[in-house]
Amino acid sequence: MAIISVQNLKKTYGNVQALCNLSFDVNEGEIYGIIGADGAGKTTLFRILTTLLLADEGIAVVDGLDVVKNYKQIRKHIGYMPGRFSLYPDLSVEENLTFFATIFNTTIQENYHLIEDIYKQIEPFKTRKAGKLSGGMKQKLALSCALIHSPKVLFLDEPTTGVDPVSRKEFWEMLKKLKKHGITILVSTPYMDEAILCDRIALVQAGEFMQVDTPQNIIDGYSENIWSVKSDRMHQLLQDLRDCPWVKSTFSFGETYHVTAKEKATIEQLNTFLTEKGYKDIESKSIHATIEDCFMLLMQKKNE
Amino acid sequence: MSKDVIVADNLSKMFGDFVAVDHISFQVKEGEIFGFLGANGAGKTTAMRMLCGLSHPSEGRGTVAGFDIYKQSEEVKKNIGYMSQKFSLYDDLKVWENLKLFGGIYGMSNKKIREKTDQLLGELGFRNERNTLVKSLPLGWKQKLAFSLSIFHDPKIVFLDEPTGGVDPVTRRQFWEMIYQAADHGITVFVTTHYMDEAEYCDRVSIMVDGKIEALDSPFMLKKTFEVETMYDVFLQLARKAKRSDS
Amino acid sequence: MKQFLSFVRKEFYHIFRDKRTMLILLVMPIVMIVLFGFAITTEVKDTQVAIFDPSKDVATQHIRDIFQANEYFTIAEELSDINQINDVFKKGKINLVMVFSENFADNMIHTGDATIQLLADGTEPNQASMRVGYAQNILSTYLRELSLAGGRKASFQIAPELKMLYNPQQKSKFNFVPGVIGMMLLLICAMMSSIAIVREKEMGTMEVLLASPLPPAYIIIAKAIPYFTISSFNLTTILLLSAFMLHIPIAGNLFCLIGISLMYIIAALSLGLLISTIVDSQLAAMLMSSLVLMIPTILLSGTIFPIESMPVWLQILSSIVPARWFTEAVRKLMIQGVDFQYVIREFLVIGIMIVVFIAIALKKFKIRLE
Repeated sequence: MAIISVQNLKKTYGNVQALCNLSFDVNEGEIYGIIGADGAGKTTLFRILTTLLLADEGIAVVDGLDVVKNYKQIRKHIGYMPGRFSLYPDLSVEENLTFFATIFNTTIQENYHLIEDIYKQIEPFKTRKAGKLSGGMKQKLALSCALIHSPKVLFLDEPTTGVDPVSRKEFWEMLKKLKKHGITILVSTPYMDEAILCDRIALVQAGEFMQVDTPQNIIDGYSENIWSVKSDRMHQLLQDLRDCPWVKSTFSFGETYHVTAKEKATIEQLNTFLTEKGYKDIESKSIHATIEDCFMLLMQKKNE
Repeated sequence: MSKDVIVADNLSKMFGDFVAVDHISFQVKEGEIFGFLGANGAGKTTAMRMLCGLSHPSEGRGTVAGFDIYKQSEEVKKNIGYMSQKFSLYDDLKVWENLKLFGGIYGMSNKKIREKTDQLLGELGFRNERNTLVKSLPLGWKQKLAFSLSIFHDPKIVFLDEPTGGVDPVTRRQFWEMIYQAADHGITVFVTTHYMDEAEYCDRVSIMVDGKIEALDSPFMLKKTFEVETMYDVFLQLARKAKRSDS
Repeated sequence: MKQFLSFVRKEFYHIFRDKRTMLILLVMPIVMIVLFGFAITTEVKDTQVAIFDPSKDVATQHIRDIFQANEYFTIAEELSDINQINDVFKKGKINLVMVFSENFADNMIHTGDATIQLLADGTEPNQASMRVGYAQNILSTYLRELSLAGGRKASFQIAPELKMLYNPQQKSKFNFVPGVIGMMLLLICAMMSSIAIVREKEMGTMEVLLASPLPPAYIIIAKAIPYFTISSFNLTTILLLSAFMLHIPIAGNLFCLIGISLMYIIAALSLGLLISTIVDSQLAAMLMSSLVLMIPTILLSGTIFPIESMPVWLQILSSIVPARWFTEAVRKLMIQGVDFQYVIREFLVIGIMIVVFIAIALKKFKIRLE
C-alpha cells in the first residue's frame, strides 16, 4: 500500500533543476531512505512532500491527500524534522516538547509510549535550554517533537548530519524501533553506510533517482568485478592502479582500495601486476560491493 | 628530523565551571596528516579554536608554526589556513574575486595572486569557471575550491573542520587526494571528520572524549591496541565510555 | 484555543529570556521620557538679559534691580540702540532682551501706555517660552506689589515676543512628549514584532510551524500579544511619569487618551506584522522598521516640524503616518483637554489603518516557504 506517491515531480530554481521528473512510491510502514549528497535535491523533495513548497509540475500524494489541495489536512498527520536544528534554543527541553504537543492538539502523555525510549535519554536534562544541548541530544529532542502527535508519516531530512558515528548509530536504532508502531519513515542522508539500515532506498544525484530498490538488491545488482587491494606504499599504488589499462576504477575505502576491472581480468592478474611493480605485503580479495560502491558507479555512468 | 609545527602542552579551556578541554598535550610533525576526532561535545571544536588563535586558553600553552597561540595569535593566523564546512567562500563573488580577496587578506602581492590564481584554476580544471559566481557552483566544486583557497597563501599548516560533510563519495575522495598532494608539498594538515574511513587516511589520529585525549596513534596501531578491524570500531569503543557524550 | 495560548506563552518566554531586549523594551521608554522631559525643563536657570532702556527712570531702575537680584537672571548688557537687538542674539550670549518704552515711569502711572517688550531667543523655543514666562511672573508680581503698596493704579503692558531666528515654532515640552510617546511605541511595537516573526524564519523554526496544523493567523496574533502587553505597561508608566514627574496635564478624557493609545499600539503592531511578511532577515526587518517607519514618524508626525507649514505633498504623505494622527489626538486630549467628539476623526483614521495593515499582512503571509 503506497502511503506516499510521487509522479513526475519537477522543480527548478532559476536555471538549476532541483528535481527532474521524479516518480516513486513509498509503502506504508517502511523506512525509505533517500541517499545522496548535498545539492542533490533531497531537501527540495522533502519540502514539497511536507507541503512547504510548490512543485513546478507533477503530483504528490501523502496518505491519500494531495500536497497542494489538501495541505491543511496533511499538516495534521505528518512529523517533520528539517535539515537544521529547528527547535527553540531559548526554551528548555520540556518546554519545547510541551509546545509542540500543544500545537498538534495533543499532550505529552497521550503518545508518550512512542517517544519514551528516546526521551528517557534526554529527560535528565529536561530543564536545560535546547540551545545548550550537544548535537546528538538535539537530534533526539527534535525527533521527539516530531513524533509527539503520533504522525502517520515521519519526514526526516538529514537527521544525522554533523553528528558523530556513535550518535548516528543510536539514532538509527531508535528509528528501527519506531517501525514497530507502524509509522512510515522517509529519511534522507548523505551517509552511505546508513543506507543499509533502510527497507528500500533511492540513490539520488542532481535531482534524479539513479536507482530505487532494497539495499540488498542494489548490492546484488552491482555489475562489476570488485576487489579490495592493499599493500605497502599505498600512495604510489593508487597512481599505478589508475595507470593500469585494464583497471576501470580505483577508489580509497579506508585502508584499502576498491578496484573494479574490465571483464576477463582476474585477481591473479592483479597480484602479478603488483608483484612485478615491486609491491610487498599485497592483500587482495574479491568483495561484495557496498552501497557506496554502487553509488559511485551510478554517478560515473550518469556523467558519461 | 622533521620538526613539530603544532605543540599543545596541557591546553585547557574552561567556561565557568565547565571544563571543555581538559589538559591536552600532543605534537604534530611537519607534513603530517593529523586526524582530530571526537564525539559531539567532546571539546574538538574548542581545542581547534585555541590552536587557530581564535580563543585564549584558560590554562596551558601551545605553539603553532612556532608562534605562541596566546601571545602571538595574530602571527598564528597569518601562518595558517582554515576551512570549515559552514563557510569558506563568498557566494556572491566570482571565483577569481574570492581568490583575490583572500590573497589580499593574507598579504600576497598582486603578481603572486595572479600567478597562483592561474595555476590553481588550471589544476582544478576551473579555467572556464573563472567568472562564475560561487553560489552557482555545484557543492563538490565549492569544497575543492575552498580547500585550494585555504592553502592559497602557502601556509605551513591548514586546519580543516569537517571539510567533506554532505559531499558525494566521488568528490570526497578527490578532496582527499588534494589533501595528500598538499601534505606532499610539506603542508601539515589538521583535519576533523565524522567519516571513519577518512580517519584511516590520516598518518596519526587523536580521539577526544570528555575533553581529554583518550587515544593518539596511527590508525594501524590504534586498531592493534583495541584489537578491532576498523577505525569505526576504535571510535565506538572509546565514545561509548564517554560520560559526557550527548551532554 | 489551547494551541493559541501555548503559542502566546512561548512568545512571552522568548521575550523574558532575552535579557538585553527586555532591558530595551522596559527601561528605554522610561529613560527616553525622563531625558526628554527633563532635558527640556532644566536648562533655564541662568538667563542672560540685555536691556534697552530709553527712559532710564526710577521705575525702570527698580525693575532692573529686581531682575538683577533674582538668581535666575543676570543683567549682562546695556543696549544703546534698538538695532543692536538682532546682533546681540546672533552673538549667542544673550537669552532675553527687555525693551522699555520711553517715558516709562510717567506713562506707567498716568496713561497706562508703558510697555515692556520681552524678546527671547527662539532658537530653543521651549526654553524661550520658559524664560519669558519667568520674566512675566516677576513683572506681574512687581505690579501687584506696586498696587498694594502705593494704592495708585499703575500698570504697564508686558509684550512677550519670541524672536525667531528661523522657522516659526511655538513648541513646548507639552508638544514634545506626545510625539515622543508616539515614536517610542512605534519603535517597540513595529520593530520588535517584525523582528520576532522574522526571527522564526531565520532560525528555521517557521518551517516546522508551517508543517503543523497551527493556523498561520495564530502565529501572527500570538506574536503580537506579548508586545501589546508590554506596550500597555509602558504606556501606563509613561503617562504616570508625564503627569507626576514632568507635570504635563492630562486635561482631557483619560479613557479617550488610553483608548487612542491602545489603538495606536495595535496599528504599530500591524505595521510590524506587515513588514515581517516582506522581509526575510532580522537585519532587514530592523532596517525597514527604522527607515520606513521611524524616520517618517519623526519628521512627519508633527512633533518637530509643524505639518501646517509643510508643502502640500508632504502634508498628504504625513496623513498615512499613524503617529501624526496619534500625536494630534494626544495633544488635544492632554493639553487642550478636549472631549471625545473632537478626536473622533483621529480614532477613525487609526481604526481604518489597523484594518488595512492587518488585511495586507494576512494576505501576504506566506503559508509556504517560497
